Amino acid sequence: MIFQIELFIPELYLLALIGGLFVLTVGPQSWWRFLRYLPLAAGVGIGVAALSFQFSGLMLYGAYQVDGLSQFFKLAIFLGLAVTCLNALNQPTLSEEKRPDYFLFLCLSALGLMLLSSAVELVTIFLALELASYSLYALIPLRSKEPAAAEAGIKYILFGAVVTALAMYGLSYILGVHHTTYLSELMTKTWSWSEAPAALIGLTLFLGALFYKLALFPLHFWCPDVYEGASNETAAFVATLPKLGAVVVLVRLSTLLDPSMEVTMLLAVLAAVSMTFGNLSALVQNDLKRLLGYSSVSHAGYVMLGIVAGTAAGLAAAAFYAVVYLLMNLACFWVICRLSTDGRNLKLDDLNGLYQRSPGLALVLAVSAFALVGLPPTAGFMGKLFLLNSAWMEGYHWLVIIAVLNSAIAIYYYLNLVRHAYTREAPVTASGEVQAVPNPGLLWGGLLAAAVLWLGVAPATLFSFAQLAGAAAGGVLP
Amino acid sequence: MIDTGFPVLSALIFFPLLAAIGLFFLRDERTIRLYTLVVGLIEMGLAAPLFRFDLSTAEFQFVEIMPWVPAWNMHYHVGVDGISILMIFLTVLLLPLCVLCSWTYIGKRVKEFHFCLLLMIGACVGIFSALDFVLFYIFWEAMLIPMFLLIAVWGGPNKRYASLKFFIYTLAGSTLFLAAIVAFFVNTGTFSIPELMTHEYSFRFQFWTFLAMALAFAIKVPMFPFHTWLPAAHVEAPTAGSVLLASILLKMGTYGFLRFCLPLTPAASEYFAPLMITISIVSILYGGAIALGQRDMKKLIAYSSVAHMGFVTLGIFVFTMRGVEGAIMQMINHGITTGALFMLVGAIYERSHSREIADNMGLGKYLPAYMFFFGLFAIASFGFPGTNGFVSEALVLIGVFEASYLLGALAIPGVMLAAAYMLRLGLKLAWGQPSQAATWKDLNIREWVYLAPLAVLVLYLGLMPTLALKTINPSVVHLLNQYESRKALHLESSLQPEPPVQSIQLSATRGTDQ
Repeated sequence: MIFQIELFIPELYLLALIGGLFVLTVGPQSWWRFLRYLPLAAGVGIGVAALSFQFSGLMLYGAYQVDGLSQFFKLAIFLGLAVTCLNALNQPTLSEEKRPDYFLFLCLSALGLMLLSSAVELVTIFLALELASYSLYALIPLRSKEPAAAEAGIKYILFGAVVTALAMYGLSYILGVHHTTYLSELMTKTWSWSEAPAALIGLTLFLGALFYKLALFPLHFWCPDVYEGASNETAAFVATLPKLGAVVVLVRLSTLLDPSMEVTMLLAVLAAVSMTFGNLSALVQNDLKRLLGYSSVSHAGYVMLGIVAGTAAGLAAAAFYAVVYLLMNLACFWVICRLSTDGRNLKLDDLNGLYQRSPGLALVLAVSAFALVGLPPTAGFMGKLFLLNSAWMEGYHWLVIIAVLNSAIAIYYYLNLVRHAYTREAPVTASGEVQAVPNPGLLWGGLLAAAVLWLGVAPATLFSFAQLAGAAAGGVLP
Repeated sequence: MIDTGFPVLSALIFFPLLAAIGLFFLRDERTIRLYTLVVGLIEMGLAAPLFRFDLSTAEFQFVEIMPWVPAWNMHYHVGVDGISILMIFLTVLLLPLCVLCSWTYIGKRVKEFHFCLLLMIGACVGIFSALDFVLFYIFWEAMLIPMFLLIAVWGGPNKRYASLKFFIYTLAGSTLFLAAIVAFFVNTGTFSIPELMTHEYSFRFQFWTFLAMALAFAIKVPMFPFHTWLPAAHVEAPTAGSVLLASILLKMGTYGFLRFCLPLTPAASEYFAPLMITISIVSILYGGAIALGQRDMKKLIAYSSVAHMGFVTLGIFVFTMRGVEGAIMQMINHGITTGALFMLVGAIYERSHSREIADNMGLGKYLPAYMFFFGLFAIASFGFPGTNGFVSEALVLIGVFEASYLLGALAIPGVMLAAAYMLRLGLKLAWGQPSQAATWKDLNIREWVYLAPLAVLVLYLGLMPTLALKTINPSVVHLLNQYESRKALHLESSLQPEPPVQSIQLSATRGTDQ
């Protein structure tokens, strides 16, 4: 098989970036000033990924598939990478000598996720997943003088290792029963409990690894602790991009799942529990990152609605929601990172009077909070609507009802963010003046919020891309 | 269908939204107020083409439709019929009046206040003109955010509690409404409201969707057990917030019943009518009785709203021609009179800094113009003949009596209660022992300007309701015909189906003989 280089353009571009970063890590410190062009370079990556939309094909002995789905997610990953790099440029808790390494690991993790989005063979998926994870194992403890960071890092590594082992174990079962690891061949095999119980157990274990990444109940426990322990900027990355990666593999694997299968029902139940548990736990949180951690547990449940539906429409809805989630969560974290100038963890009370200190940031926070609730006219609402539609179509009425009731619970804690920002008085300095927020970095946050609003008003374009992705995965056109 | 070539409804929806962005470039508070006032007047001008509304048809008019999310068959689809056009007029009229009544009332964060006001108006016009379910839901929810901020930022001492309660109550109610929308879409493959009205649904389906929608609407109205957010929100909201809440927001619930429950779920509406009627009567009596015991003027008017809106839902769920017409008239009239009463409370609050009745007595001697307006709106509120309130309450009661004497007899005490609490309030304000009233100035020109149009409307609709009734009549006839025929289809589908044509003609004669 010929290696078609044009299929590999986004990955090669990112690889080149990583090479450059590697040179910076070993080079003299005077070169480090180039780091500030990294967000720009990642931004160019968005264009590169967009150009590669026209290509499709299978390579590396059928293990690597370039199609609508993969290119859609590569674009989204570049977008997220650009924003997180921009966000992390002035990270206050990072010691100076670790700066290039930090970005090197960020990009490596993104590369892993990018490979993940094209992998259509279980071992390849596994390797890509590990590449994405190992980089994060190094990133999370990189927060100087913070014992919680070490704890978070250890937790993530240990639980990650256990889940990896389980996934490997599951993989061996699948291989043992079906004698193949290619998704295209696995699609044709039987996955029923009565005929191939071991394969089904294997698949469940393998899915566990993805649920771990996605922080779906019951594999969510690391999530609030790791968010809390990691620096704000790292948490912004961990909370968004790996979720995209998990969603894309789930979309791929969902071709194996039949709506009548026992596993699908299990996934639906997990989705319901995840939403409810995440929301109820978030209600009592005071630490902003823990709050967002539990909220991401509930959002993992929402994404599962589309996966459970399993139709092209459902997969498209899940893909759409994953990108929307990336945008709104990044907007929220953007505000947190700008507010926490010294890198400490913010409490709800730290948001008090934000409208006085920085009206723009308060607006960005409000937009992203309302989007996370799923309130119109934000993209969060549209994403949720598509998910609900697709799940209802497949007859999961109870799941849809649970999902909408959950939005009612979620209102309380997301609205709390807005209430603290808008209705509480700002803290004043000794001289009686309101503390302004220095270096608001408003423009980028504003752009994120505008994107969230724009996708709420005019979701058609992005959704048609997501449909391409869903169709590519499902093998059926909507 | 009228094709004016000019997208009237879109202009009415998006002009305030775009104008809101313009506020960012203004600094001076006075300029901001003037700017918003001018925007309000232009908005009124933009509504002028709506006067070309064709009174002879029940079709949706001024329709605009364009694809929005083709993959899910969503359209940007707006249009008005006789039920919604009056609400749009009322909404548009209220914008400049709200700016005027907040002129001195709102002292802090003026720019944000007017920003919220403009967003509210745009969203409200959107609600009453949306003909796509998703579009409707978007406006329905989007309007919550500015209202939440209006209460939470510019409200009274308990604003945090009140705003949170308002937001959570109404949003929690409408989440199930979203599930119903999804269910309708999956069942029919369309979000278009006119198209949905032509479909038939099984009783089981209607049963559940009616419950999901009715919960959202009942909270918004608010009907008896779900009303507790209303007094808190009203008391804490600034004047303009109370006015918009009373005049427009509460109408969204009853509008929902008329627009969705009756046409889409006729059999379930019929099935649940006894329950809805019971709740309505309880709302009327309970709201009136509680209003009678209030010391706070705003709370009194808030509870009176519960009672008045009870008349609206009562009129809707007796399914008679006059009942429904009266209900729609009552929606408009309650919007006018209660809005005006809240403005008056705001005006006196600026003088006395208290909303207690006891602190605001003895106005008859010192503030005659104020008492004139107060008296007019108070008698209109309890339905004195010659005012607009009489027309609507009389129509509703006639409709109720047509349906059942017992129900009529149960609703009548509500009218007496209304007279009692309004007269008690009016008497105390006019002739009670004055505390500081002697030092207050009577209404100034600005206050005259925002009260006078509403007073004219009270008398115009009271003395000559013909035009308004003519506007709503074809739509109501259509609504009831459709309801009767489809309800009959469902309830008698197991028996010999009666030809629907006959019942249509029957109702049509009933509709034209007045």
